[in-house]
Amino acid sequence: MLSELCYPFDGDEIMTKKKKLLRLLKENESGGVPLRIAVLGGSTTSDIVKVLELFLRNRGIVPTFYESEYAQYQNDALFGNPELDAFKPEVAFIHTCSRNIEEKPIVGEDEKSVSDKLEREYARYERMWTALSEKFGCVIIQNNFELPSERLLGSREVGCAYGRIDFITRLNCKLYDYAQNHANFYIHDINYLSAAYGLEKWHELRHWHLYKYAMSVSAIPEFSYSLSNIICSVMGKNKKVLALDLDNTLWGGVIGDDGQAGIEIGHETHEGQSYLALQKFIKAHKELGVLLTVCSKNDPENALEGLNHPDGILKPSDFALIKANWNEKSLNLEETASELNLLPESFVFVDDNPVECDIVKAQLPEVTVINFENPEECIRDIDKCGLFEVTNLSADDAKRGEMYAANAQRAAAEKKFATYEEFLASLEMSAVIGEFDPVHIPRITQLTNKSNQFNCTTKRYTQAEMESVAQSSNYIRLCGRLTDKFGDNGIVSVVIGEKRGAELHIDLWLMSCRVLKRGMEYAMINRLVEEAKKADIKTVYGYYYPTKKNAMVKELFGDFGFTKISEAENGNTVWALDVNAYTPKTVYIDIKENDNG
Amino acid sequence: MDKQKITERLTEVFRDVFDDEELEISEETTADDIEEWDSLEHISLISAVEKAFKMRFTMKEVSGMKNVGEMIDILCERAKKC
Repeated sequence: MLSELCYPFDGDEIMTKKKKLLRLLKENESGGVPLRIAVLGGSTTSDIVKVLELFLRNRGIVPTFYESEYAQYQNDALFGNPELDAFKPEVAFIHTCSRNIEEKPIVGEDEKSVSDKLEREYARYERMWTALSEKFGCVIIQNNFELPSERLLGSREVGCAYGRIDFITRLNCKLYDYAQNHANFYIHDINYLSAAYGLEKWHELRHWHLYKYAMSVSAIPEFSYSLSNIICSVMGKNKKVLALDLDNTLWGGVIGDDGQAGIEIGHETHEGQSYLALQKFIKAHKELGVLLTVCSKNDPENALEGLNHPDGILKPSDFALIKANWNEKSLNLEETASELNLLPESFVFVDDNPVECDIVKAQLPEVTVINFENPEECIRDIDKCGLFEVTNLSADDAKRGEMYAANAQRAAAEKKFATYEEFLASLEMSAVIGEFDPVHIPRITQLTNKSNQFNCTTKRYTQAEMESVAQSSNYIRLCGRLTDKFGDNGIVSVVIGEKRGAELHIDLWLMSCRVLKRGMEYAMINRLVEEAKKADIKTVYGYYYPTKKNAMVKELFGDFGFTKISEAENGNTVWALDVNAYTPKTVYIDIKENDNG
Repeated sequence: MDKQKITERLTEVFRDVFDDEELEISEETTADDIEEWDSLEHISLISAVEKAFKMRFTMKEVSGMKNVGEMIDILCERAKKC
């Protein structure tokens, strides 16, 4: 990760040095996820694409681009062209802005006539989305419309049939309705972005007249960063954990010195109120499925005393894990990651102390660090960094905190049993293993794109690709959901095998690390072999492609009883299993066909 | 800032934009002399120069500049006014 490309960044520096930054990213590149992005522009896109590439590469996505000829967005989307068709975009970004509105209302025009214009303008866009979606089945990202720089009618541009801002607002609402009802379609909110940037600075008219850029060249980094956040989120690159310092982060003052009565939190003082606002903001992230942990230099009992402050909003139970001790924070973060079965790269560490932040940056460069001076700045930085950008919120997301808390209870229970098998039996586990259910496709895609460790091929799918796999008769698909007496873990394992005659080739085998060492993988292979037999498969082939992160499944197929048939120089291995010679594995899980049975 | 200082600072900007630590420019340098200096990179270059010298070119200047010498002349002119 290049710190120059992490929020908060210096946009001018990025614009000036983008060639050098790209070179550095390419030099350090390892195992990024490739992604084909078509940029269909209604204005110039060149630097937007160049800077977008920097931000995506910095988060582990290696894009290739198709760029429309100048302002050919509509022709490309509706009719395609050989180059675009051959490119087969996985993501199509329609870069239009208010300047691309073809029929604007005229002063004095009546309501009916303006509404007709609105319908025609909107229909143009919906036709493009339908065409792209039918032809490529790709993810579509569409800019909404920003406010114009001039207002002929002043404030009367709103609340008036022929007001232009009124028109833009209505058009935007129609875009949002479509977004609500269509999967794989996302709005890039440049209306917000331009307002936050400052509308006057955004509309640098010189840059429109000289270069036909829809916004000031200086605003391009902000624009591309915001766009990169949507793409990263769709590709499962969101961060998962907020690891928080306590003293002067979640409250003002030092709990060990000042005591519970002395720290600043709550309605009584101005400072207390600002920390309260921060606690409220952080707690809201739990609803997005973000895990909260504490990483603080404190005695544990003092940390709890602070978190139990009667006026505080964050309580000890809101945290998946609390590390309060006097060890180095980088060490604590590593331990937290390993106890939650997550990678340090999933963490955002928040601390007011620049020294602690620098140590973490140096020791664990994969952790994103947010350093701040006051609570207002902290809220702004977490909000604007976009590392928790929401594109699809699954039902499991809101429950994730509970799931991890249940994991901690399981770990405590494990210690009480003489053998591991006794412990497994005591968990009263039951699993539903079966075909992909359409309502679960978003979660299946999300899990597929963010699983790195227990993942044999690390193959990634867009939601549209996953839908097409789900509908094809060429595959055997399994998804597994695991419940035990401590709680529901949700969908935790996904397997996709492609049928070729009497052979089944396993394209995807993954499991959430939340349920390691529970025997769920054995339940899955037992079921896969049963399904293979039903489909007259004789041999199942497994593939392991090593990455920096998936060493734990190097021997998985061997453990299942497969025989290794080849090993390439890069470490790729191929495994085969004779279906009729398979001995089912012992599992301690009660297996059901579906939620009812 | 005198002409020599301006040329030195401008050289740094060129080196950053074209990511070439050994790039040398002279008053006669034109877009033809630097392989990657096309119309799109021209935009980045102009923006970078504007930021580095805390000034703005007029639209006429942006489209009218023929070589680095003319750019330096404009920068010298603006420096005098400050």
